[in-house]
Amino acid sequence: MGTEVDILEKVTSSDYKYGFVTDVEMDLAPKGLNEDIIRLISKKKNESESMLEWRFKAYRLWLEMKEPKWPNVKYPPIDYNEIIYYAAPTKKKKLNSLDELDPEIKRTYEKLGIPLEEQLILAGVAVDAVMDSVSVATTYKEKLGELGIIFCSMSEALKDHHDLVMKYLGSVVPQTDNFFAALNSAVFTDGSFVYIPKGVRCPMELSTYFRINAENTGQFERTLIVADEGSYVSYLEGCTAPMRDENQLHAAVVELIAMENAEIKYSTVQNWYPGDKEGKGGVYNFVTKRGICAGNNSKISWTQVETGSSITWKYPSVILKGDNSIGEFYSVALTNNMQQADTGTKMMHLGKNTKSRIVSKGISAGKSNNSYRGLVQVSKRAENARNFSQCDSLLMGDRCGAHTFPYFEIKNSSAHVEHEATTSKIGEDIMFYCNQRGISAEDAVALIVNGYAKEVLNQLPMEFAVEAQKLLAISLEGSVG
Amino acid sequence: MNNTETEITDLKTKLISEFQDFEKNLNGEAETTLHFIRKDAFENFKELGFPIKKLEDWKYTNLNPALKQNFIQSFTEYTPALKKEDIEKYLIKNSGINLLVFVNGHFDIGLSHIETKNDKVYIGSFSEGMKDHKDVIEKHFAKIAAYDKNGFVALNTAFAKDGCFIYVKKNYEVKEAVHILNISDAQSESYFSQLRKLVVVEEGGSINIATDYHTIGDQKCFTNAVTEIFCGMNSKVEHYKIQNEGENSYHVGTTQVHQEKDSRFSDTTISWGGAITRNDLNSVFDGTNTECHFYGLYLLTGRQHVDNHTLADHKMPHCYSNELYKGIIDGNATGVFNGKIMVREDAQKTNAYQSNNNILLSDDATIYSKPQLEIFADDVKCSHGATTGQLNPDEMFYLQSRGIGKENARTLLLYAYASDVIDSIKIDELREMVVKKLEMKLK
Repeated sequence: MGTEVDILEKVTSSDYKYGFVTDVEMDLAPKGLNEDIIRLISKKKNESESMLEWRFKAYRLWLEMKEPKWPNVKYPPIDYNEIIYYAAPTKKKKLNSLDELDPEIKRTYEKLGIPLEEQLILAGVAVDAVMDSVSVATTYKEKLGELGIIFCSMSEALKDHHDLVMKYLGSVVPQTDNFFAALNSAVFTDGSFVYIPKGVRCPMELSTYFRINAENTGQFERTLIVADEGSYVSYLEGCTAPMRDENQLHAAVVELIAMENAEIKYSTVQNWYPGDKEGKGGVYNFVTKRGICAGNNSKISWTQVETGSSITWKYPSVILKGDNSIGEFYSVALTNNMQQADTGTKMMHLGKNTKSRIVSKGISAGKSNNSYRGLVQVSKRAENARNFSQCDSLLMGDRCGAHTFPYFEIKNSSAHVEHEATTSKIGEDIMFYCNQRGISAEDAVALIVNGYAKEVLNQLPMEFAVEAQKLLAISLEGSVG
Repeated sequence: MNNTETEITDLKTKLISEFQDFEKNLNGEAETTLHFIRKDAFENFKELGFPIKKLEDWKYTNLNPALKQNFIQSFTEYTPALKKEDIEKYLIKNSGINLLVFVNGHFDIGLSHIETKNDKVYIGSFSEGMKDHKDVIEKHFAKIAAYDKNGFVALNTAFAKDGCFIYVKKNYEVKEAVHILNISDAQSESYFSQLRKLVVVEEGGSINIATDYHTIGDQKCFTNAVTEIFCGMNSKVEHYKIQNEGENSYHVGTTQVHQEKDSRFSDTTISWGGAITRNDLNSVFDGTNTECHFYGLYLLTGRQHVDNHTLADHKMPHCYSNELYKGIIDGNATGVFNGKIMVREDAQKTNAYQSNNNILLSDDATIYSKPQLEIFADDVKCSHGATTGQLNPDEMFYLQSRGIGKENARTLLLYAYASDVIDSIKIDELREMVVKKLEMKLK
């Protein structure tokens, strides 16, 4: 027991390794939110009138809405007028190659362990790197362009592919959806847009790195991925944010649309600043992610590794509208110190023969609280729907909490729905087995946690799997069960 | 919508206005400690009112249709109207059984029959019990079921008068089971009855209690039942609740259990009657090494709606809880299951298991299931499972290939499915009654 406490304490006291501030000249909007700010954002991005109207509509809806109180998290009230809604690194000139990238920003990525050039050359990953709110570099665009794939920042997409974006924007997560989605719709500054044409299999993993940088700047990303008939895409999203004392608000919206026979795989590694030991600082991560399997035989798969943020409030969902469509959700959520996570998924079965699978692995340590909240809904017309859910919790330390709130709403008699959940700690017998074979307690915990999370980590693309494993190890550094 | 809401306020206002009538009929009892609790609960009810659908705990159960009715309460002296023949078919066929009959919440001494009479045990009505065991009643009444959170408990506590009181003294084992028969006489009027039950089992005591609910007549009726059970150290209590009311009946029942060290409590709840039924079953483990079992069965047809809420609240270490709820839902019926296991910070070495299975027999049937875990201790073993499906086609084929007709095969499989729960009933005659009723329902 003694060593366990020691090591848990060591983990608790380990500093956030990615906490640093990039010194780049910033273009800031004044604090607060009103129609003028929205007009300013829209103007800065050279948006169309219709887009501005769309934002205003969302803003007016947002004013009527109330912040949701049902999640199992506690935080002081947010003053939405104390937030800066627009920050962009000042652009000196248009970039043609990576060499022209601001050396400061380049160094930031290097510290994060993602050498951009190397990745480009060796891994063949096209990175649409988002630094705060404006996309700084878009790579491999040409190669993707040959296949007809559109992969660009949202602001570019709104300029170059206006009609296409407007057709799908808000179709999965409407402005009215919830408080944070409405806020995002009103003030989102940038994000990514992906369009895969009919029958195209995207040859590489698309990835974007988000980074919150300027102090007091909420990050309002908007991602939209459209996979047309018979296409396939795998998209990676990863985040790390520098250390800050004030809570930063992040309210992103991600929309996925899979047409007939299309498949979208969306992976996230989230490692934002979780706050210090007392829970001071840290990012509020209030994200709305939803995908729709619009066509028959389509598939959407969410994979997430959540280790950061002081508060996570996130439910990547799938609407299974097309017949024979498949939805998947794989999640590892690790909370330590005072972190709070309320995460899970919604699987809405509408079409016939739809299938969904939920695997959620929660790990709580320190004084943290980790909740799984999921909904499996089988509508009246969804013949032969099939669902399997598994949500396990691993508790490390006697002051943390693990909660499970699964909801099942079944309205069709041909549905097969199964759910199982377990909660336990690392068994003493397992630890003993490892120890007697010469594996130190610390290594044993890393081994066990990695084994516990394997089912989810296996779903990640190679590059990410390595990073995710590293993250789990760092987050639990020195911990022994 | 607006109309409904005003109606509800009306029933609430009506009940509130009736409190003075109720007080008048108490005959000098109005100054007792008990009555101070009633008045306090009444104030709570005024504030809480009836739960609305917006509350998480009432998300899937809409009581508006029930609360729209014009119900009456009766506070005046009870005049027996039912005869022995009327209740004959509801009785457990065992001469060695204690029978307590309540009609619309009033104790009917003429129909009741107390077998166990000695100084170690008291089985009877509240008012009689007050004579000899005033201190026990005052110590436990309204202390186990909190009335400051739930409007129905507050309402019941405010109007509680002639309930059932069972008191088992230290180390006494009650060999004869107790059968509490609650009858809603809905032949001419629509009654709103407040049923109250207090069971106190002292250290080392043991008792089996069966409570069932029936309706006579076709008028609408509303039953609001609150049961408080105190399980002393090392005691053993088995409680069966069979909810068997008519198709125009509404039932809201709360069973709140308090368990001391080394005690064992088992509950079986069977719901297959009534239009809207809501069962709340909560057990708080206030001592180490306690054990608790919850079994439930709901068999629904037509437009029935049954909502089962359970809570196993592990406050102390080394406790064990096991829960099994099974549902068969047909027609346009709706089943709701919400099971919660709460493991508090100190409750190390907890072992908790929970399972909810549902079979949907029709495309218009609905199940809302929410098995929930809230865990604040690390050295625990907690798991839960929930399934929803239909009869296994392989099993159906197996039986049919052996010459058993489709209907019979179906009945057989459903019977087998339900028997896990029914087998938990330890009173043989009662179990047989339940099995008969189940067979009838399945056909």
